[in-house]
Amino acid sequence: MPKKGTKSKKAVDDVPDQQENKLPDYLELQRTRVVCNADAPIHTQGFQYSGAFAAMGVDNSVSVEKFCKNFKIDIKRLTEDDMEFDMIGVDASIANAFRRILIAEVPTMAIEKIFMADNTSVIADEVLSHRLGLIPLDADPRLFDYISENDVPNERNTIVFKLHVSCEKGSQRITVKSGELEWLPEGSQLSMASPAQSGDKQKTFTSFSQSQKEILEKPLGVKFKDITIARLGPGQAIELEAHAVKGVGKVHAKWSPVATAWYRMLPEVVILEQIEGEEAEELVKKCPVNVFDIEDLGNGGKRAVVAKPRACTLCRECVMGPCGEKIQLRRVRDHFIYTIESTGALPPEVLFTEAVKILEEKCERVISELS
Amino acid sequence: MTVPPADDAAKKELPPPSYRSLAAPVATPVDKFALLPAFLKVRGLVKEHIDSFNYFTTRGIRNIVEANNRIEARNDPSIYLRYTNVYVGTPSVQVDYKIENITPHFCRLTDRTYSAPIRVDIEYTVGKQHEPQHKKNVLIGYLPIMLRSYACVLHGRDEAELARQGECPLDPGGYFIVKGTEKVILIQEQLSKNRIIIDTDSKGRVIASVTSSTHEIKSKTVITMDKEKIYLQLNQFTKPIPIIVVMKAMGMESDQEVVQMVGRDPRYGDLLFPSIQECASERIYTQQQALQYMDEKVTYPGAGNQKEGRSKSILRDVFIAHVPVKNGNFRQKCIYTGVMLRRMMDAILNADTFDDKDYVGNKRLELSGQLISLLFEDLFKTMNSQAVELMNKNSDKTRSSPSDFSQLIKHEAITSGLERAISTGNWDIKRFRMHRKGVSQVLSRLSYMASLGYMTRITPQFEKTRKTSGPRALQPSQWGMLCPCDTPEGEACGLTKNLALLTHVTTDQEEGPLMNLCKSLGVEDLTLLSGEEIHAPGSFLVMFNGLILGKHRQPQTFANAMRELRRSGKIGEFVSIFVNEKQHCIHIASDGGRVCRPLIIADKGISRVKECHMKELRDGIRSFDDFLRDGLIEYLDVNEENNALIALYEHVDQDDVERSSITHIEIEPLSILGVVSGLIPYPHHNQSPRNTYQCAMGKQAMGNIAYNQLFRADSLLYLLVYAQRPLLTTKTIELVGYDKLGAGQNATVAVMGYSGYDIEDAIVMNKSSLDRGFGRCIAMKKYTVMKENYGDGVSDRIAKPQRDKDGVLLRQNMRALDEDGIAAPGQIIRNHDVYVNKQSPKIVDRRGAGALLKDMDYKDSLAIYKGVDGETTVVDRVMLCSDTNEKLSIKCIIRHTRRPEVGDKFSSRHGQKGVCGTIVQQEDFPFSERGICPDLIMNPHGFPSRMTIGKMIELIGGKAGLSCGRFHYGSAFGEPSGNADKVEDISNTLIKHGFSYNGKDFLYSGILGHPLEAYIFMGPIYYQKLKHMVLDKMHARASGPRVLLTRQPTEGRSRDGGLRLGEMERDCLIAYGASMLIFERLLLSSDPYQVQVCRKCGLLGYYNYKLKTSYCSMCKNGENMAKMRLPYACKLLFQELQAMNVVPRLKLTEG
Ligand code: SF4
Repeated sequence: MPKKGTKSKKAVDDVPDQQENKLPDYLELQRTRVVCNADAPIHTQGFQYSGAFAAMGVDNSVSVEKFCKNFKIDIKRLTEDDMEFDMIGVDASIANAFRRILIAEVPTMAIEKIFMADNTSVIADEVLSHRLGLIPLDADPRLFDYISENDVPNERNTIVFKLHVSCEKGSQRITVKSGELEWLPEGSQLSMASPAQSGDKQKTFTSFSQSQKEILEKPLGVKFKDITIARLGPGQAIELEAHAVKGVGKVHAKWSPVATAWYRMLPEVVILEQIEGEEAEELVKKCPVNVFDIEDLGNGGKRAVVAKPRACTLCRECVMGPCGEKIQLRRVRDHFIYTIESTGALPPEVLFTEAVKILEEKCERVISELS
Repeated sequence: MTVPPADDAAKKELPPPSYRSLAAPVATPVDKFALLPAFLKVRGLVKEHIDSFNYFTTRGIRNIVEANNRIEARNDPSIYLRYTNVYVGTPSVQVDYKIENITPHFCRLTDRTYSAPIRVDIEYTVGKQHEPQHKKNVLIGYLPIMLRSYACVLHGRDEAELARQGECPLDPGGYFIVKGTEKVILIQEQLSKNRIIIDTDSKGRVIASVTSSTHEIKSKTVITMDKEKIYLQLNQFTKPIPIIVVMKAMGMESDQEVVQMVGRDPRYGDLLFPSIQECASERIYTQQQALQYMDEKVTYPGAGNQKEGRSKSILRDVFIAHVPVKNGNFRQKCIYTGVMLRRMMDAILNADTFDDKDYVGNKRLELSGQLISLLFEDLFKTMNSQAVELMNKNSDKTRSSPSDFSQLIKHEAITSGLERAISTGNWDIKRFRMHRKGVSQVLSRLSYMASLGYMTRITPQFEKTRKTSGPRALQPSQWGMLCPCDTPEGEACGLTKNLALLTHVTTDQEEGPLMNLCKSLGVEDLTLLSGEEIHAPGSFLVMFNGLILGKHRQPQTFANAMRELRRSGKIGEFVSIFVNEKQHCIHIASDGGRVCRPLIIADKGISRVKECHMKELRDGIRSFDDFLRDGLIEYLDVNEENNALIALYEHVDQDDVERSSITHIEIEPLSILGVVSGLIPYPHHNQSPRNTYQCAMGKQAMGNIAYNQLFRADSLLYLLVYAQRPLLTTKTIELVGYDKLGAGQNATVAVMGYSGYDIEDAIVMNKSSLDRGFGRCIAMKKYTVMKENYGDGVSDRIAKPQRDKDGVLLRQNMRALDEDGIAAPGQIIRNHDVYVNKQSPKIVDRRGAGALLKDMDYKDSLAIYKGVDGETTVVDRVMLCSDTNEKLSIKCIIRHTRRPEVGDKFSSRHGQKGVCGTIVQQEDFPFSERGICPDLIMNPHGFPSRMTIGKMIELIGGKAGLSCGRFHYGSAFGEPSGNADKVEDISNTLIKHGFSYNGKDFLYSGILGHPLEAYIFMGPIYYQKLKHMVLDKMHARASGPRVLLTRQPTEGRSRDGGLRLGEMERDCLIAYGASMLIFERLLLSSDPYQVQVCRKCGLLGYYNYKLKTSYCSMCKNGENMAKMRLPYACKLLFQELQAMNVVPRLKLTEG
């Protein structure tokens, strides 16, 4: 049950506990909330300096104990490819670090090289390759190694797909979907057209020492089978081999494991002054996402209360108009509503733990460099 | 007609009159918009071109041939040839005596001319007895055919059929294909012919001028008022002739008659008096005396008809040449001169009766049909006179058997004449001393809009160099006819114009029946009237195409009757009836080249088009032509618009406009804009120059060009990989098909400062967006290689790529080649790679050698691809075809896919261009509460000075469109009629979907993670990628090629040239005192040269390498030589001077 909006600061459970010395209300507000006024948000940066309130006897420093005490993760929704959770008790910079790592640094597999044997479709080779590159693959990147320029493509660093479709003459136009990409666990089937060492065993573009079927538990493929790659008219054909390698989103967006990952700060809608009667109804109607509700005061009296502040999209409708003064829109500075939309290679919760690992690695690197 | 009840209601509760309500529709407005697509469906986008050309092929060509249908031998008129019929066939080409039909696309690909044979039926005499013979289907030449005209194979084809022909259904046609290139004959603007224009000349004198034009002659007659006296100026006379003398020479001997002819008002008499006096002082009283006086002033007295006097024939044939003289009766010309004088005096007495040369009603647009008919007439006559010439020569030589004319008609002249004129654009017509350049231009296929823009362009009559502002200014009479936005910047600004969406340009209409009709409606013939009666008050002169037809006593009744006839379809719909109250004239015009536009007829302010009509239109029972036929809609030209009161919408009485006085209603206000400016959303909210800039930029935007774009062989083609349809469309966009061939992408734009790389309109782009395909484009270039034939079976050859015995290529740069020696489609080709392995014979002239050429007789003449190092380009297609000279031409189309890079130019649809300033990782970009990350960031400083409010509305409109899933509209002036979404509605939609009403979002910084300290204006804007890309422009050089003659570095990027340190830069360095730098730049880095100078004679010597001494060839010794360095250009100058017998001597002092 949400608490009733009353005058002055509303108690939120997750406000970090204070020392004995308390900050005055207005500073406490500045420290813990972003206030979204009708014209512009204020107090967006917060107080970073540990001794900002030292004179008042308030400690603003970050400590592990405080963090351990306050930090909380609360998963709100979790499906196969997206999740929403609350991350409570961290600074924006840390929440943002995870977001940045998720977008740019968690590796995935994506098609990088195309060996075009035939393409008579209307789509140019480069464009077709680009499209193939963006198709999310259902392959756990943790099972693969990065490939560097001098490496030979092998079963540990390359996934090979084949696409061979043609549209018969006289038939209808067909659409080539991503599902037609066929996984080749034994590696490339195209032979290198290098006649230098004649007589040798057919050399292909990969050198797999064993079938990928043996080292992987489940077969590889594309995540979504209904992505349109190209359309073929009668008599047209596409034949190609696609090699997927491991990479990170920093290099190219196709390696980004998330469609997007972002957070928003927990909205807090505060009614500063009682809103009653007509005005209350007006207010309830105004909000497009029904943040407000009406509370019956008995004997026909009505009062507006904040029912679902979490839903607020910050359209600022409520703070405009006559009763705008009576409402304050705030954001809780250390409460993040985090959303991760995975492209499918890894489930979102795994992605997040991967991101944490990467941040950990980075920290370790800094520490080892420093020591 | 009864007033519909809805109107009654509206009348009862009159809204308070306000400025806004002028545009406010009545209670139940009829949705007239459907008329627009109906109009365009019937007429197409470039109807004026096609109509004009159709007029030529169906009527014009016939008239020309009929007018010159008989030729005869000079010395024996009984030998003759008569053309009995002429027709234009279907486009075809003659290959080895076989006639093959051709399609436009075939011509484009094989560099042929899309032309059709002109055939005639003839009657001619043969043999001694001159028996008449008949022959049908005689070819007299090939006529290039306009696409989509009647003669074109594409005429009336539906989409599927067009696709089969390889044509794009959205291509408007209206152009020609000559030698494989698409050529447009631009619309030419001209001052109208045969009309009196009252103006002042450079000296401030009042002049009345008439440019007469008949089939035989073009002449200009000017009457000036100089020092109170009135003179006639004509090129044929050396001096101005007093006008009274002219009148007398034309048989109007009595001064009183002259005065009566001008008008009885004493003020006219006063103005005329000095002229009469002058005439009297010259003692000229009779026609004889007048003619004698004029004879002395004739420019070339020798020539001409001596019998009747030179000046009389000038008066008859040249002076206001379009007024006919029947049986030597000059009365019509006298009346015409009288009217000219009267109008001049009106102008003197009342300054606002001056004519405005820039008034659109005084302009005529010359279209391709007219231009080609001029050319054809000239060529046809030349062909005939050549035939006569040949006949004379033949009959002079062989007296025995006169050959027949049919053998002497040569079709090559017309074919090549037409082809040459259209392909070079030079229109030279000897008869009219017409030499025009740039009449036809290559149709730009840079984007769909560019080609449409070409079709509506009007080129000016004046030189572009004139600094005058008058013709450049926006004329109020352009309203609805010419687009107010679409004009280029710079020298042609305001002179080059574009047609508006609904404009139609008339073609000629037959005059005879109309004249008779006028007569029967009560126009009195002038020959029966005296001067007194002509100008009787209350009666109006009736002018028909510039001729005085007569007068009418009840002008308004007459005009109404004529209009009623037009509306009922009894006379042509493009005949204009204009009552000029000021001049007491009724102008009836049926000539070609007038601009007009359709309007809904309103009876006392009540639209004739009702909901029931519109329903029939929507149901497909009624077409646009039915509206015309039923008299619901009519065409008004610029002049007749002056008699009309046109309302935007049906409305009730206003404070200054009474409903009952409204005569017409606009079909749609958005039709005042043209095709190109029509794609701007909310143009009426922008500062006007911004729309003009967009019109120029829309033509440079990359996108889809046509449905057949991948099968075309343009020399340069830019395509956008993922072109989109704008989220915020306009009705015009849908009408012209821009939604199907878009040239841009909907980018999510955040308007904020970011990183400092966004100053001066630069934009910051999101790298992930680029990774995902934003702004990706394909540049395709055509490279043509000809396989030359040298005769005697000697020709170039295409050789296999040379390989060693293992099959390894001998030369690495041949890797793109296929086994046939031509680059293989799909192959990656890099800088310096060979795309055609061509070899030419070493000795071309092998007359008599006969023997087969061996390998060693050939030398390499490879076609080497010059690209950018490090870029991957691909051979897209290879086409082989034989050209008209039976030579094999190999066309390689090389494709390059590019992603945007720093420095590429982008623009929104509001004249806001900017280059990409930097590309930033997505994680560094700000993101919204919904996780949306912008594709690009634009600096807010772009707004205040540009005042492009339209762009802001586009942004919020697009955002609302996204959230509610409906395309929003932003047609020009469309808010009252619902063709543009109102900002208020957009805001409501935004609020409904949880956005702020003003489009500003709460954003988090992507770098630090905290919220940004401002709400950011963010949403989708349609962005165009312009053709200017860094890759094509970047250039740097350390050292490189030099010019042979001066040994200085070459100029220009294409030659890998140096960057010039010019005079101004040099001045800077001088002022700064950087002498060593000047020395280095101007000598060391340019063309240093060591010379031997003789200290004695000061001339240049040389260094003898054998003797290891320097030597002066002047002094014949090497004693006083000195070494010095100077620019090679300087040494060259000395030698050139010496060659001209000037001795430059160097005086050296010790340094
Ligand atoms: S800002 Fe908008 S969504 Fe949030 S509470 Fe106010 S009205 Fe509702």
